[in-house]
Amino acid sequence: MQTHSRKLLVMICEAALEKLLAEDARRLGAAGYTVVDVRGSGRGGTREGSWEADRSIEMKVICEAGVAERLAAHVLETYGPHYSVTLYFADVSVVRPEKF
Amino acid sequence: MDPVVLFFLLGVFAKLAKSDLRLPEALYETLSIFLLLAIGLKGGVELAKVPFADVAVQASAVVVMGFLLPLPAFAILRGLGRLPRPDAASIAAHYGSVSVVTFAVATAYLAKNNIEFEAHMPLFVALLETPAIVTGILLARLGTLQAVRWGAVLHEVMFGKTLVLLLGGLAIGAAVGPEGIAPIKPLFIDLFKGVLALFLLEMGLVAGGRIGDLRRAGVFLAVFGVVVPLCFACVGALVARAVGLSDGGTALLATMAASASYIAAPTAMRIAVPEANPALSIGVALGITFPFNITLGIPLYLRLAESLRF
Repeated sequence: MQTHSRKLLVMICEAALEKLLAEDARRLGAAGYTVVDVRGSGRGGTREGSWEADRSIEMKVICEAGVAERLAAHVLETYGPHYSVTLYFADVSVVRPEKF
Repeated sequence: MDPVVLFFLLGVFAKLAKSDLRLPEALYETLSIFLLLAIGLKGGVELAKVPFADVAVQASAVVVMGFLLPLPAFAILRGLGRLPRPDAASIAAHYGSVSVVTFAVATAYLAKNNIEFEAHMPLFVALLETPAIVTGILLARLGTLQAVRWGAVLHEVMFGKTLVLLLGGLAIGAAVGPEGIAPIKPLFIDLFKGVLALFLLEMGLVAGGRIGDLRRAGVFLAVFGVVVPLCFACVGALVARAVGLSDGGTALLATMAASASYIAAPTAMRIAVPEANPALSIGVALGITFPFNITLGIPLYLRLAESLRF
């Protein structure tokens, strides 16, 4: 099967940022995104996700490498100083490149 | 002590004892939707019977109180606490806004003691939620108002689940009246206290988890979390008496003024004032004020109401 390489950008952050990140992703050229609720612990403390202000999300965006970089840079610059945000990239292969 | 308060203490104990007890998030969400709708419905049924002019005067006084309550809190946090402006503004917004669950516990307390209250009080809970958040954002952003994403923040509050369900419940209750409510009464009215108990178990787990935040916040905020609610309760009680509320209604408005929001305010302030440290505001609102109000505060506010008659 022929595959095409794309970037996967994963962002783990407070649920309060979900709407803003979704808008940013679309505006900066991503065709779509997937969000799951998560819980965990890090340098900023433990988030158990048991009530509204304690929720965290993981947003996955599969897109062109340039879009992923622009989005990651924007997120770090805009939200990095005051929110806990964890970001990472991965190389992925997709079957239908026009979707991403 | 009321059984719902004991459920809360059980939750705190479970958390401190590092028990694996954890209510599924979906259940928490379901219970909170139930409570908001039930509180709204109960108030709505009675709202239709109250003369509009009376409610309008009371409602206006409550809204003005909501806008003003954060100001003294902000002054104390800045002046005595030496907190940075964003933190002081955010905590002030939490304390000016209202906690629906504290209100629910207060209504249960009054019912247990056979004390009547104006049944349309839930309307005031809905009205008190937003004004303090607006004042808090203004206090944080004096001079740089254009930096606030007002559209996003106000949408978050006005169409957040709390207001949609409370006002929705009030509207449905008022529209269908007592007969219309009868078929759904077994679920929403009869089961209320049991659901509230279960919800408070979860609140105990949540509040128990904030005690660590408080250790970092320090003594000043811990004292603030008890003294300010007591002062605000006096303001609430005075306003209530000025607009002619009964003993029960006065105790409830005092409770609302004394309570601190932990659902609407944290979400809104997180978006509008990101540089404020949420561990401070949530730590004191949930770790100190909420437990204080539901255990000791509410009985005190009832006594305050009964001693304040003119």
